[in-house]
Amino acid sequence: MLTPKHSSPYKYASNSVTSVMMWVVLALLPVIGVQTYIFGWGVVVNVLFTVAVALGVEGLMLAMRKRPIFPFLSDGSVVITAILLGLALPPLAPWWLMVVGISFAVIFAKHLYGGLGYNPFNPAMVAYAMLLVSFPLEMTMWFPPHELNNNPLNLIETITVIFTGQLPGQLSLDSLSMATPLDSLKTELGLDKSISQITTGNPLFGWFGGAGWEWVSFAALAGGCGLIYKKIISWHIPIAVIGSITLLSGVFYLIDAEQYASPLFHIFSGATLLGAFFIATDPVTASTTPVGRLIYGAGIGLLTYVIRTWGGYPDAIAFAVLLMNISAPTIDYYTRPRIFGYGDKK
Amino acid sequence: MLSAILTLAILAGIFGLLLGFAAIKFKVEGDPLVDNIDKLLPQTQCGQCGFPGCRPYATAIASDEADINLCPPGGDTTIIALADLLGREAKALDSEKNAAPPEPMIALIDENSCIGCTLCIQACPVDAIIGAAKQMHSVFDKECTGCELCLPPCPVDCISMVAIEQNITTWKWPDPAKRITESVS
Amino acid sequence: MSPLWSFPGGIHPPMHKEESTRSPIVKLPLPERLILPLHQHIGAPSTPDVNLGDQVLKGQRIAHADGYVSVALHAPTSGTITDIGEYPIPHPSGLSDLCIILSPDGQEKWISRETKDDYLFMDASHLRNRVRDAGIVGLGGAGFPAFIKLNPGPRNVIETLIINGIECEPYISCDDMLMRERTANIVSGVKIIAHAVQARQSIIAIEDNKPEAYQAMLEATANEPDLSVVQCPTIYPQGSEKQLIYVVTGKEVPSDGLPLNVGVVVHNVGTAAAIYSAIAKAEPLISRIVTVTGDAIRKPQNLEVLIGTPIRSLLDFCDAQTQIDQLIMGGPMMGFTIHTPLASVLKTTNCILATTYNSLPEKNMEMPCIRCGACADACPIKLLPQQLYWYARAKDFEKIQDYNLFDCIECGCCAYVCPSNIPLVHYYRYAKTEIWSKEREQQKADIARQRHDFRAERLAKEKAEKAARHKRKRNELKEKSDPSKKETLIKNGAKSKKKAAILEAMERVQAKKEAHKTEPKNTVNLTEEQQRKIDQINKKRETRKNNED
Repeated sequence: MLTPKHSSPYKYASNSVTSVMMWVVLALLPVIGVQTYIFGWGVVVNVLFTVAVALGVEGLMLAMRKRPIFPFLSDGSVVITAILLGLALPPLAPWWLMVVGISFAVIFAKHLYGGLGYNPFNPAMVAYAMLLVSFPLEMTMWFPPHELNNNPLNLIETITVIFTGQLPGQLSLDSLSMATPLDSLKTELGLDKSISQITTGNPLFGWFGGAGWEWVSFAALAGGCGLIYKKIISWHIPIAVIGSITLLSGVFYLIDAEQYASPLFHIFSGATLLGAFFIATDPVTASTTPVGRLIYGAGIGLLTYVIRTWGGYPDAIAFAVLLMNISAPTIDYYTRPRIFGYGDKK
Repeated sequence: MLSAILTLAILAGIFGLLLGFAAIKFKVEGDPLVDNIDKLLPQTQCGQCGFPGCRPYATAIASDEADINLCPPGGDTTIIALADLLGREAKALDSEKNAAPPEPMIALIDENSCIGCTLCIQACPVDAIIGAAKQMHSVFDKECTGCELCLPPCPVDCISMVAIEQNITTWKWPDPAKRITESVS
Repeated sequence: MSPLWSFPGGIHPPMHKEESTRSPIVKLPLPERLILPLHQHIGAPSTPDVNLGDQVLKGQRIAHADGYVSVALHAPTSGTITDIGEYPIPHPSGLSDLCIILSPDGQEKWISRETKDDYLFMDASHLRNRVRDAGIVGLGGAGFPAFIKLNPGPRNVIETLIINGIECEPYISCDDMLMRERTANIVSGVKIIAHAVQARQSIIAIEDNKPEAYQAMLEATANEPDLSVVQCPTIYPQGSEKQLIYVVTGKEVPSDGLPLNVGVVVHNVGTAAAIYSAIAKAEPLISRIVTVTGDAIRKPQNLEVLIGTPIRSLLDFCDAQTQIDQLIMGGPMMGFTIHTPLASVLKTTNCILATTYNSLPEKNMEMPCIRCGACADACPIKLLPQQLYWYARAKDFEKIQDYNLFDCIECGCCAYVCPSNIPLVHYYRYAKTEIWSKEREQQKADIARQRHDFRAERLAKEKAEKAARHKRKRNELKEKSDPSKKETLIKNGAKSKKKAAILEAMERVQAKKEAHKTEPKNTVNLTEEQQRKIDQINKKRETRKNNED
């Protein structure tokens, strides 16, 4: 008996996983560019190195799992994971940290769950959280934005530092590094200082967010809007993340502006916008129903604010995303849309 | 001390009443377990499990006298369903049994060789063979469960098992997932 | 005109309708033989009325409706029935089914017909019966017997009759051409339907990519106050009944309900024209318009084709290439692959699409679902296709129904937009047929259980009876062998005992006869001659009895 090769429809729109992922990569380019400009060559070296390692590990995993290598490698999902992790790591992170991180992301967070589409957690964030917990020192070696950096490293010097740990001249990593704005705000608030005391005259803080980070955030905002415009991601999650952070920080800001940072500071510092547009919207691990996405996004915003303000980690996007990843299936189940023809019953 | 005892006693009393009420309110008639097990069995009534029909086997499972892996026509699907129902571990079909053919079969009597001995009629567990003594017999194909119990008694070996032919109402779309695994391997 | 509504989801695939609308509808020449499957529509197949070798006239009924959801089948032309048997039919399975084979004699001799002009005064039930006898099914594609939708029942008031001229599926243009060329027939048909269902208003809905058809219908209905034409923005799957009702009226047909429940009846434009022919000209449904198109067809066009014409004839007439990669009945979104061009045109065949992989490429490799939700955004029912897919793959057929699998209309929007190339609709069809098959098996198992229980009961009863019989016999034997009773037994004798019983019974009968004094009834009031004959016979009997003694 003949069996149909496949059933209708016989016609398809010309989108593919690869094209979806490539749009995301394209939208990340401004972020990479701006972050490189502000934090030095380390960013771009990080990103390229993690992408290269990620492709290698992915290929290896696919071969071991006996999956067709080319179609899965070219889907581009691993590239996004690598770029996100590369952007999240400190610009002069040693090479082995990146290898450990990205391998963990690809092997444990992705392929052990069944590969693309089956991972319950965002691989980049799993790796980031793992690294942050395991190597707190290396993971917090951030650098000041270029205006404050007296010793900008050139490309060769950067590569040397990353792969050999050798710093040029008399410099040491400690002397180069500086706390991030979120970090220092948290530390100094802990010393009973008020916000105006901390931020006034402190070059780490820009107009309303962290110096330099504001620009990175703008780039993420631009890229993210592009993705929404191209309908690669839906507006629900980013808006919900930003909305809930704004609302929550706004309430506390109004209660005590000297103890709680302003909504603008929260949105334009750290990875808030990158997270809202690029990390939280990872389709595999996010909610898929419209209402579910709003709840999911709002949950990330809420958890981010809670962890930032009262928790132990100054930037909490990774933990917030991971926590909401767990809840996504449940959220989906309870937010199934009302089906056409069911009145108000379902 | 006294108040604690009192509280606990009252609580115990309330819960006791609740349980008692629930027992009356949600009382189930008969032995639903046997019925539920029987529902999962394929009802071929073939006796390959060693019991004279599906219900006796269901009763035996319910009273823990038989294992859940004795039903060849049901195959893995039935074993898994039974394991789910009973909260037991699913296991492979009993090794002494031959697995049922992959597609459903029914008996067909070769009407030229049939001598009309009525032995198959007596063997059929669901009365799906019609005919009288010295008359040709034939299988009522809609009722035949494919149990093969009519095969051994036939003195002239005129009964054979044939696959049920598909028609456009019973045709099923093939499993699309199968295609993928083929293309991958 | 009331404002239009828009349903959730939907897609905008390239339409490719211009190719087949450049030339007018052409009548296809008579083919060498017609293959008429008895399964032409949703519901029960019809039952043949003819035998092998019968001569039939054009329009003669050759099979009658079997049950309520069924309609008759008619000879599309005059000729001879040369076979009734299994032939390949157009069906996704590629299986064969019972068909009537008709060899045309080329005479095209009609059965006698009487035309009617007073149809707008006919009784609704009479109209329905005529539509049913004319074998009309919905010509839009699903093929639901049309007469059922002419019967709103006593309690439903039909607010709106919607005539579906949407034709949202790409490539297909048969309704478009019909509306352009046979406008008057459609309008008359709409009036008949409106009369039959007592509709307050009738709306002909046409998508805005068919301006000529819209213009033609607009002009033809200019003088009809109860009949309006509306132009709907093109979006697939607007032609789906429930979606169209929502677009036109803003009413949602309940999931388990019918359009009747919201006071709406929908008929296709083709059905309207066919109803007009059946009622006014007494012509049953024996032909239809079929779009033959696709990039493997050199002369794409619309043909008027007799039901039962082999698809091969259509392809040849439209100069098809020899290289056809996919032969599809219906459109690219909801059609199905035909396994052989020997299969024939059905009442529901709106399009034959012959393409090469250049225009409808083979599907790329299926990738894992990335849960992007594009399918959910495209679904016109607001289902969650990704969840349905998940459960279909896992063969969790209970959960998948929990996610409303059976509300899926298989429009294909989800698979169209899926970036992972997952044949989602195939998964749903698979799940649906699996569930149906399981239900059938369950039914069969239930019957088997009943029959087994019944048999067990019967065997037990037989056994009990047998046991009782044995026991009685044993007792009797015991009595016989009992020495203490032997004497009395001998005295009376078992035999005499029996004899006494018989005598007693005979006495009882005699007494009864006496009491009733019955005599054969036909022995009273006899003529003389009869009496004599009887006496003679009696005498004969008497003598014979004496002789025997």
